Amino acid sequence: MMSDLVRDDGRKFDELRPIKIEAGVLERADGSAYLEVGGNKILVAVYGPRESYIRRLLEPNTGVIRCRYNMAPFSVDDRKRPGPDRRSSEISKITADALRPALMLENYPRSMIDIYIEVIEAEGGTRCAGITAASVALVDAGVPMKDIVVGCAAGKVYDEIVLDLSEKEDKEGQADVPIAMMPRTGEITLLQSDGNLTEEEFAKAVDLAMEGCRKVNEIQKEALMRKYSIE
Amino acid sequence: MEIVPEITRKSIVNLVSNDKREDGRGLDEYRDISIETNVISKAEGSARVKLGGTQVIVGIKPQLGSPFPDTPDLGVLMTNCEMLPMADPTFEPGPPSDDSIELARVVDRGIRESELVELDKLCVEEGKHVWMLFIDLHIIDNCGNLFDACELAVMAALKSTKIPVASIVDEEVVISEDETFDLPINNELALCTFVKIGDKMVIDPTLSEESVASARLNVGVTKDGHICSMQKGGKEPLTKDDILFAVNLAVTKTKELIEHL
Amino acid sequence: MIHVENKDLVIPGQILADDEYYSGRGTFKENGKVCSSLLGRVSLRNKKIRVIPLKSKYVPKKGDVVIGKIKDVRFSMWDVDINSPYSGILPAFEVFGREKKELNRVFDVGDVLFLRVVEVDEIKKAKLGLKGRGMGKFKGGIIVDIAPTKVPRLIGKKGSMINMIKDKTKCKIVVGQNGLVWVKGNEDMEQLTREIIHLIEAEAHTSGLTNKIKNKLYLTIDGELPPEEIEEVEEEFVLEKPKLQNFKEELEEEERQEEERQEEEKKEKKEKPDIGEVIEEFKRKNKSKDGSLSYGDNSNNSFILNNK
Repeated sequence: MMSDLVRDDGRKFDELRPIKIEAGVLERADGSAYLEVGGNKILVAVYGPRESYIRRLLEPNTGVIRCRYNMAPFSVDDRKRPGPDRRSSEISKITADALRPALMLENYPRSMIDIYIEVIEAEGGTRCAGITAASVALVDAGVPMKDIVVGCAAGKVYDEIVLDLSEKEDKEGQADVPIAMMPRTGEITLLQSDGNLTEEEFAKAVDLAMEGCRKVNEIQKEALMRKYSIE
Repeated sequence: MEIVPEITRKSIVNLVSNDKREDGRGLDEYRDISIETNVISKAEGSARVKLGGTQVIVGIKPQLGSPFPDTPDLGVLMTNCEMLPMADPTFEPGPPSDDSIELARVVDRGIRESELVELDKLCVEEGKHVWMLFIDLHIIDNCGNLFDACELAVMAALKSTKIPVASIVDEEVVISEDETFDLPINNELALCTFVKIGDKMVIDPTLSEESVASARLNVGVTKDGHICSMQKGGKEPLTKDDILFAVNLAVTKTKELIEHL
Repeated sequence: MIHVENKDLVIPGQILADDEYYSGRGTFKENGKVCSSLLGRVSLRNKKIRVIPLKSKYVPKKGDVVIGKIKDVRFSMWDVDINSPYSGILPAFEVFGREKKELNRVFDVGDVLFLRVVEVDEIKKAKLGLKGRGMGKFKGGIIVDIAPTKVPRLIGKKGSMINMIKDKTKCKIVVGQNGLVWVKGNEDMEQLTREIIHLIEAEAHTSGLTNKIKNKLYLTIDGELPPEEIEEVEEEFVLEKPKLQNFKEELEEEERQEEERQEEEKKEKKEKPDIGEVIEEFKRKNKSKDGSLSYGDNSNNSFILNNK
């Protein structure tokens, strides 16, 4: 029944928006990635492992990461004032938490990796897109990792559980469940949920989002292979 | 702060004194330029410019606001620049640095003083409602000469900007949902940046050239050859001859740059 | 069961093989599977799998030779930037022995030196020294950077690549294991060498690279292709080889000779030589007009992999 559903933008319930990832797009950064999904345009740069002058952030036995999620003033319909706000600070924090479990930084004690996520244009689901792009940029920077973290959301729109909510669906919908995971083990590294869901609907949304993650993960891998394989 | 190795400084100065550069260009040559417009659909005007490895994105968003009291019938231009920490390992997150503010102001000065945006066409109701154009510069990759890249990007973005049609109905501003007009532009402009290395003026400096330069000069010239903005930067002085040489070359080079728009 | 072949491009998290294989550098074992932790190429030997990274930051190791930049002068040491997440220090006694001198008269901020990693402490700070042939301050020339993981490719098998570049451009070239390269010669040749090094970096993974570089060198310098093709030994996947192996051997050999010499001196003097004396000896040999340790202008100094 549900598979017959066609959404506003013509997608099926389990269909992702068109997605495109490119690795290694910046000159100066140690690693970088560009991602487009639906109307989202995300650019990520990674610097490090490098020295940091903020000693209190460093750890004696491992490297640490710091993440900054930022929206360009022109990325949304009404111009956003430049600089961090409470929303972007929260997303920066959970993004770092989502990526950290995959990183293997024991060989880089007392060093810092900076991850800069710039939302050039936003159209719903930027936090997941940011995590997906950040992982590719980390790989591009040569950072050792257990897996490539990938993010994707599912949610409830017009009483249906659907994959990868657009901005419109997010606004009109009843719930949004963004997750990030490590695809090889299936471990979840980010989970948020806002809106109303039954226990059953929630389980369904998580399954659907995980399925979405696996699809996006294939695109991540493809982007890296394309960049570095021998022609 | 990045310390420039002494031998790098010497090598660049020597090259320039022989009219050569690290990347094989002549002292009066630009790196490759590519310009793309309408790169952000949510912005009313946008452009991305690549100048060699340097990359900037500009988005323009109009907002209704009140005019300045002394210009009640003119729209308002606001230029802001973010030197993103992603662009350069030495850029720090946080409020705009002095360099970032200078960059925004120099870029803004050219646009403003050349009067190429017909601000009177941005007036909705005299003394009450005018369009304010927010020009946001996003620096994403710094490989030197942000000034010229930014000015080109702003120019290209302005030319692509569409403003919604607004009218006054029952003393209320009504913004049309689908009707727009092209931002009226009556001229074109480019900025040419020079740095002084040894006793030579070098156009479109790379990052390493900037790091060993003693002084900088930005020259903004319109399509019809009028000089409309200048700025001298850097620790050391320039001679009058340096400046006149740069101005003379800038007038020629501007024509070349504007062809990319 | 193995899922990859030698030289395959792999990414982090990718499952490479089952339990019967050994997990080497760049891999980890989880639930009986060997997985890659890096973006890199597989190196398979017997039952051991390693992944050689395409990119990686330089982490200092004892015995490495590096090119460093003086970033600060302190009371009894220099702070040295070694192109790494970890900075290096050059203690004054490594240079002067027990003698007291003004540090910035010898090396000042912005000077570039060829150094040896003497010791790495538990927080990875590298203690540097100048003991070894050709160590000290560079004069003239340019600094070119290359990804540290591509250094072995720049060297080539038994120095084949670097020697070819040196022969053709007549440039002196010193390669630091931290991904910095010093080049000195004719101004145009320095720039050509920079271009060549960046080309090698970009195409390190392609086959037939030595010939490609040779052709480019000949075309640029002579305006025509070389008379004969080098028999490409397919470079034997150079990335796999430990870095700068032959250079290290050379250094070790030198160290042995130095030790022997010291032994002899010891016999003569019947006393233990001060480390400062050794350095002084080195300095006497390498002294230039301003009293600093010179490297570049000293033509009898040989450099990396000069196996003539």
